Amino acid sequence: MEQKVERVERSQPVHDYESIAASPEFKSLVRKKNRFLLPVVIFFLLFYFTLPLLTSFSTVLNKPVIGDITLVWIFALAQFVMTWTLCMLYVKKANQFDSEADQVLTKHHKSEGDRL
Amino acid sequence: MSAVGLLFFVAIVGLTLFVTYLASKRTNSASEFYTAGGGLTGWQNGIAIAGDYLSAASFLGIAGAIALNGFDGFFYSIGYLVAYLVVLYIVAEPLRNLGKYTLADMITARFNQQKIRGAAAVSTLTIVLFYMIAQLVGAGALIQLLLGIDYWIAVLLVGIMMTTYVLWGGMAATSWVQIIKAVLLMIGTIIISFLVLMKFDFNILKMFSDVKTATPAGDAFLSPGVKYTNGIDTMSMMIALVFGTAGLPHILMRFFTVKDAKTARSSVVYATWIVGIFYILTIFLGFGAAAFVGSSDIIAANAAGNMAAPLLAQALGGDLLMSFVSAVAFATILAVVAGLVLSGASAFAHDIYGQIIKKGNVTEKEQMKAARFASIGVSLISIILALGAQSMNVAFLVSLAFCIAASANLPVIIYTIYWKRFNTTGALAAMLTGLFTALILVALSPNIWSPEGTAILTGTALFPLTNPAIVSVPAGFIAGYVGSVLSAKADERKYAEVAVKANTGLK
Repeated sequence: MEQKVERVERSQPVHDYESIAASPEFKSLVRKKNRFLLPVVIFFLLFYFTLPLLTSFSTVLNKPVIGDITLVWIFALAQFVMTWTLCMLYVKKANQFDSEADQVLTKHHKSEGDRL
Repeated sequence: MSAVGLLFFVAIVGLTLFVTYLASKRTNSASEFYTAGGGLTGWQNGIAIAGDYLSAASFLGIAGAIALNGFDGFFYSIGYLVAYLVVLYIVAEPLRNLGKYTLADMITARFNQQKIRGAAAVSTLTIVLFYMIAQLVGAGALIQLLLGIDYWIAVLLVGIMMTTYVLWGGMAATSWVQIIKAVLLMIGTIIISFLVLMKFDFNILKMFSDVKTATPAGDAFLSPGVKYTNGIDTMSMMIALVFGTAGLPHILMRFFTVKDAKTARSSVVYATWIVGIFYILTIFLGFGAAAFVGSSDIIAANAAGNMAAPLLAQALGGDLLMSFVSAVAFATILAVVAGLVLSGASAFAHDIYGQIIKKGNVTEKEQMKAARFASIGVSLISIILALGAQSMNVAFLVSLAFCIAASANLPVIIYTIYWKRFNTTGALAAMLTGLFTALILVALSPNIWSPEGTAILTGTALFPLTNPAIVSVPAGFIAGYVGSVLSAKADERKYAEVAVKANTGLK
């Protein structure tokens, strides 16, 4: 059943995805992407969940630090700063990945052209 | 309602209808209907995403929650904002590269099977329905208060407006209504925040010290714990907030309205800035309302605090500002429900009718007809349900929608893009387990059951948490993993295709 559906898909003109996926350029792109994405995702999730963890199971954030402003507001503001910073960082990195992805595709189109 | 107030309402309704008229002349194909032909620019789509997000629940709900509960009300703002990082880092670009109109398109890009598409369409419709009922119930109550008309007339009025936008203008009209509303909402919020700051002599420190003497909570107002005393429940809510956005169909649909992944990326960036600034300003709205309206007056107008922002506008700027803010709140509701109708209709018409029943053999004309009928259908069902749900707690319905989105949609999205071993059994298991765990646990929760009879049914809740995300989100992930590992090998060739498309945008 699955095979049949697959074949219908494949009857359309498609690229040779497997050879692209196996190419060293593509592998290096995915590796670089993951090496950037994974640590950042882990970091912002930890940073985010630290806030409700501390407010739920401790009172350390209830301390006033600037006038009457308590530490929890500062931590909350830090979440906003983090979001904006990581947002800009992502765009900067993603633009680099874009040009690498373009290189992968250009090379692929060339090799496809050679075969035809 | 004053003459000026009426003028604002008429102006907003007129402007949105004019935009719909302009859009209707260009909405001739399914692609234009569902995604505005992919022709929105980054900033347009960014403002529209922000608009989709800044629903009445954010504007009225968070302002009220901060006014009444201090820091605890601000939890929502933080969760909703950080959620954008999940969208940007994990979901946005691969989704744009793999999908066409709907979430189901993206998942079936890897698993081309009817049952997978069906399950994705069902979870989309469930989320849309819960979210929509919440918005309509809130809209009805708000307009009832603002205009002094009956609840059912208010719901019908909103229902007719949203159907009009979608039916004639499709995604183009919905997006422009969203953009107009987001701009007006930001203007209104900035004006109120400025007036609040002026009252505090532009001194934030003074604002914090003054506000704690103004509320019954006192010192506790500035610290967490006024409202949320159950730590596990707070964690659960924060899980739903941060992971839910990346699974909400009407937000995901926005990534198909731009031409490529790069534009999708830039629209998320615009949205993150707008939404972030807005959420910072919710502090001024909340503190202002606590100081200049007072919690007893806020609660007297609406027990959940939903009227805090309009009341604050009246206290600071008189009837004129109040009318403006009320009209903006009305526009907010209209824009969000229109977006929801559209995402529900696409699940019906594109996924269930076009791809499952007709197996993709539909003409452009049939597709458009199906999409319009589905829009009317989704609107009618949600209007009828909303008329019967008047007494339901709006915040609970919204958090439930977020919880289902996080439990049923997010695991399958992440596995589809990133996990080679994932297969059809795993995809079905993840979606169905996430969906039903969330629904069943809510049905057993204190939202439904209360011994004192303050909830829908009288009795003891079998599940102690008001938000089940801490159980149902991991359940979705685990089911997807176990389902995949226990069943046949995945099709690695197909994954190669998905990985290449997701990472390079190759079509």
